[in-house]
Amino acid sequence: MKKFQVLLILALIFTLFQSNISLAKPKQFIKIAYITQEKSIPAALSNLDAFVQNKGLVGAALAIEDNNTTGQFTAQHYELVKIIVPLTGDPQQWFIKNITEDINFIVVNLPVTQLKLIADLPQAQNKLLFDVATRDDDLRGQQCRDNLLHIQPSRTMRADALAQFMLKKRWQKWFLVSGTDKNDRLFSKALQRSAKKFGMKIIAEKIWSHTYDARRTAQSDVPLFTQEVDDYDVLVIADEKGLFGEYLAYRTWKPRPVIGTQGLVATSWHRTHEQWGAVQMQNRFKEAAGRFMEEEDYAAYLAVRAIGEASVRMKTNQLTPIKNYLLGDKFALQGYKGKPLSFRAWNGQLRQPILLAAPRSLVTVAPIEGFLHKTTELDTLGIDLPESKCEKKE
Amino acid sequence: MKQILLSVGLLLLTVTIAKAETVFVTLEKDNAIAIVDPIKGKLLKTIKVGQRPRGIMISNDNKHLYIATSDDNTIRIIDSETLKEIGQLPSGDDPETFALSPTGDRLYVSNEDDNLVTVIDIAAKKVIKSIKVGVEPEGIAVSPDNNWVVSASETTNMIHWINTKTLEIVENTLVDPRPRAVHFSADSQQLWVTSEIAGTLTIIDVSTKKIIKNIALKIQGVSRDKILPVGVVIDKLGNYAYVAMGSANRVAVINAKTFEVEKFLLVGQRVWNIAFSPDQKRLYTTNGTSNDISIIDLSSHKVTKSVGVGRYPWGIVSKP
Repeated sequence: MKKFQVLLILALIFTLFQSNISLAKPKQFIKIAYITQEKSIPAALSNLDAFVQNKGLVGAALAIEDNNTTGQFTAQHYELVKIIVPLTGDPQQWFIKNITEDINFIVVNLPVTQLKLIADLPQAQNKLLFDVATRDDDLRGQQCRDNLLHIQPSRTMRADALAQFMLKKRWQKWFLVSGTDKNDRLFSKALQRSAKKFGMKIIAEKIWSHTYDARRTAQSDVPLFTQEVDDYDVLVIADEKGLFGEYLAYRTWKPRPVIGTQGLVATSWHRTHEQWGAVQMQNRFKEAAGRFMEEEDYAAYLAVRAIGEASVRMKTNQLTPIKNYLLGDKFALQGYKGKPLSFRAWNGQLRQPILLAAPRSLVTVAPIEGFLHKTTELDTLGIDLPESKCEKKE
Repeated sequence: MKQILLSVGLLLLTVTIAKAETVFVTLEKDNAIAIVDPIKGKLLKTIKVGQRPRGIMISNDNKHLYIATSDDNTIRIIDSETLKEIGQLPSGDDPETFALSPTGDRLYVSNEDDNLVTVIDIAAKKVIKSIKVGVEPEGIAVSPDNNWVVSASETTNMIHWINTKTLEIVENTLVDPRPRAVHFSADSQQLWVTSEIAGTLTIIDVSTKKIIKNIALKIQGVSRDKILPVGVVIDKLGNYAYVAMGSANRVAVINAKTFEVEKFLLVGQRVWNIAFSPDQKRLYTTNGTSNDISIIDLSSHKVTKSVGVGRYPWGIVSKP
């Protein structure tokens, strides 16, 4: 028996040795952690879209697969360390416990408050965190952190994308309706900034206060709600949770298009997107997940692919050269949107085209033709270097 | 000697049928191919071929068209005279681009969704081998000396060098992001690669597999984001290379000896793929979003005509 075991071990060592010889160099390991917390099922307007618990994770897993396909030719191996904090757990504790010395890169799918707490942990200081969940402008502005990159477009980037489109359509007079949620107010602020930036007029602004039972009385309440506003071109909605926005289209007193968080939306990824090889991505994702790719999936995919791209180019698994490469001029990530994606070195935001999509059709992609910029047209979206309040960077 | 005979034969053929020439264009969204007379600059007819036709090639004797109908997961063989389907090849899933061996006996197909290159024996209509490559293989070419098959994977950003005898990957060359098309020089000494997202052209020495030149394609007044090179071809004499520039709506004319970009020719919108006329006097381009092809006269380097063909023209070949 013992003899057999020894033989087996010898055989194993031999095969390992063999495979190393065939690769001609030893493998380099790159560990990437993915941390998220379970969510309770939120209240929803309708049951059309089923609640998805693993948004993001499948994207990260798919990118690990892609990285490893490349890695077989570069003798690099990528491993995803999944950290799923239970509903009642403390993400900070889970981070401290699970992020070992050998993990340099952490994809974080957590809300703003939790993300900040984690990013400020002493254990996170010599790491690089990839935020795949938030769209918060403060986090990319005066509250920016050196160990944090942001993959999803910020609220100002989304608002600018919408504003560029509305300017092109000459929908210059907006009626802005916002929810009472804190995030709705932030998006509403971003929209006001975009209106100013592109010379549009907000002729009326109202808060949807949820004092009605919209489900029963949308037919009668929305006309009333929109009746007193005159002479507007477009109804712009800030309702990030989707609690009332869907009820406004077709029910306004005057016939007007609906845009914002409902109607025509600004998003980094959408199921209607098929150009620039996106159909391949959509198919591969659907096969892996059994559902459409969502923004968090796309962001997590890009985060892990960015690490893959930098580590292959720099032939390393070390933090500093990878971070420098990601923030440098040479970095160009393929993201199925027809333009190379890269990071804004001044605040760690991934620059990218933004899709403007209706529920069943991709309407256009921002930056819209004609909006020019001296370095890249992608920087016509969101906070540009001169206005950035982030102090850590150049 | 054979080659001389062949070219003499071709010459005679072109003389006898008095400049007759046919161009075939796959129309991705029309599930059809367009047949064009490039001399008259006229669309002759359109025939249905199958779901989502993309890559197209013609056999060395000009008798058979091979057309990848991606959504049917097959490569169709179509008689180039009667335009009737005469057979199908087992291409694997979602065939897009493929290459024909110089001897005409094999097809090498990129299977983008499965990260494979499928090798097909044309006569036997059988798969000889499936070779694992990087993520999303796209551009593929066989060297004219029949020693190498190269496959470019778009997401892995690599050129995989496959030995045609052993059908194994021998070496990999890392190139700029999203490599799209690959083309060997006629003497099999150089490989030219376009990188769509990077907006660059990379020239690799075949014997050492090392990059000898990287050209950043820049057009004054056109932002870097719009420079998305795709198709690339080099003429037989090695004088000029031509690169389709995607959303920049231009074809770059590059001196293949000095690697100097000499000029840009304005063609249709989102120019994708390009092909020579059999006598290499003209160049044809498929313009993806303006639904036409452009015809370029190569002695003057001028665009002479554009011909509307149908929705999403993708691949293009010509025959005398």
